[in-house]
Amino acid sequence: MVVAESKPVAEILEMVKDCQKVVVAGCKGCVTVCNSGGSKEVGILSSEIRIARKAAGNDLEVIEYTCERQCDPEYIEPLDDLVKDADAVVSIACSVGPQYVAARYPYVPVYPGLNTVFVGGAAEHGVWKEYCQACGTCGIGEFGGLCPISRCAKQLLNGPCGGSSEGKCEVGKGTVDCVWQLIYDRLKNLGQLQRLENPSFIKTGPPAGTADRAP
Amino acid sequence: MTMTAGSNLEKVFKAGHKALTCECGPPRGADVEHFRHKAKYLKGYGDAVNVTDNQTAVVRFCSLAASRVLMDMGIEPVMQMVTRDMNRIGLQSNVLGAAALGIKNLLCLTGDHQSFGDHPQAKNVFDMDSTQLLDSVRAMRDDGKMISGTEVDGKPAMFIGAAANPFADPFEFRVIRMAKKINAGAQFIQTQCIYDMERFTKFMEMANDMGLTERCYIMAGITPLKSVGMANYMKKFVPGLSVPDEYITRLRGVPKDKQAAEGIKIAVEQIQECLEMTGIAGIHLMAIEWEERVPEICEAAGLYPRPKVD
Repeated sequence: MVVAESKPVAEILEMVKDCQKVVVAGCKGCVTVCNSGGSKEVGILSSEIRIARKAAGNDLEVIEYTCERQCDPEYIEPLDDLVKDADAVVSIACSVGPQYVAARYPYVPVYPGLNTVFVGGAAEHGVWKEYCQACGTCGIGEFGGLCPISRCAKQLLNGPCGGSSEGKCEVGKGTVDCVWQLIYDRLKNLGQLQRLENPSFIKTGPPAGTADRAP
Repeated sequence: MTMTAGSNLEKVFKAGHKALTCECGPPRGADVEHFRHKAKYLKGYGDAVNVTDNQTAVVRFCSLAASRVLMDMGIEPVMQMVTRDMNRIGLQSNVLGAAALGIKNLLCLTGDHQSFGDHPQAKNVFDMDSTQLLDSVRAMRDDGKMISGTEVDGKPAMFIGAAANPFADPFEFRVIRMAKKINAGAQFIQTQCIYDMERFTKFMEMANDMGLTERCYIMAGITPLKSVGMANYMKKFVPGLSVPDEYITRLRGVPKDKQAAEGIKIAVEQIQECLEMTGIAGIHLMAIEWEERVPEICEAAGLYPRPKVD
């Protein structure tokens, strides 16, 4: 899933400082799962904005809505009535969401309430880890089912580099696994170490900026 | 192995001599005089001198310019190039530009991660890794083709090198990775600085067994220890680099003002030991910010004067 984190409330307050009516729009997709943009977080952020503005003696109206998804035009539609006389929309979907909102409402400012950080999964309860950089040419079959593009700090296709020590990457001060050690171990288990004897060549994905893909 | 670039370094190898390369890092600014001052200690000592490319991800003046400065001083450069900072367009362009300036030795590296340098927020590029860069330089030189398949108008004559770190993990894979680089086009290898001679000996045995020393010139990387402090730093903070206690004990055993001399003595012994090993084709002497001591190290190790080759 796409993993995103909440922006600091102060940053969001700055974005909407001149607004009297704001729609906070969440998403029931990935950001609900990673606890950053679901209906619960819509409620929390909306309250935070109201309280801060009230404390500053500058009340505003905040409307709450959580879309089924924000990466699909038909699920943006229910915002039509809410957005009508709003001064801005704060989208707490991944960064795809605000762009769909912007596309539908040409005259309404849209601000992101989240920082989208990566494509990944749960490492433990409430902790998410990056597993994919959406490079468009998945080659994990060559690498024991693990992705060196997202999980090696240098995106090496011919690792591990000299910074691999006792299974850890030199980046992250010993907290991050060296994915190339994991790849090596996996291929050894699978009896496929010979895969690593020949150089892996250039990533040959679609040219940058042309990565539109048909469904 | 046929002559590919005709650099002095390549000729020294081909004539069967043990080669010697030194290293000179450009300054963190435009002070070319400082760079020339350091380099002048190396003239006549190294068969060629490596010019580092923003090593440890710290901004310095670029290796292409520094290589040209060396050439103007009559010193042959080994231009280092890392894939961290440029995409394939920039990298290929610089290889061609370097060749146009007459640079004939190129060391292809991935480079230290930017988080270790002075601009940790920098966007990393890593469009290619060192192995891929080796292959692309080899292809431009031998096949006359860029990565895209476009024909080059004038092939870059480069003697191509790579690095190897026998001390990182997993150990048993290090020699296979070196083989990959050789398969991709590396004609010479300069190793990470060696302190653990036992592990290096094992590494070289594996390289010999795989026949790699027949296909590539392997140079042992030596960095003299200036002090106990430096030895401890290397041991603690450089990942995958082990400094045996034996050397630390030796440095501790002499008065502080004699530690540098002891460090040089250790380096000379290491050089001699490496040169005895089967498959070692030369020494890569990295006297970090200690260029002025290179002449005495080379003389004590019997590596001076250098062979004249044509």
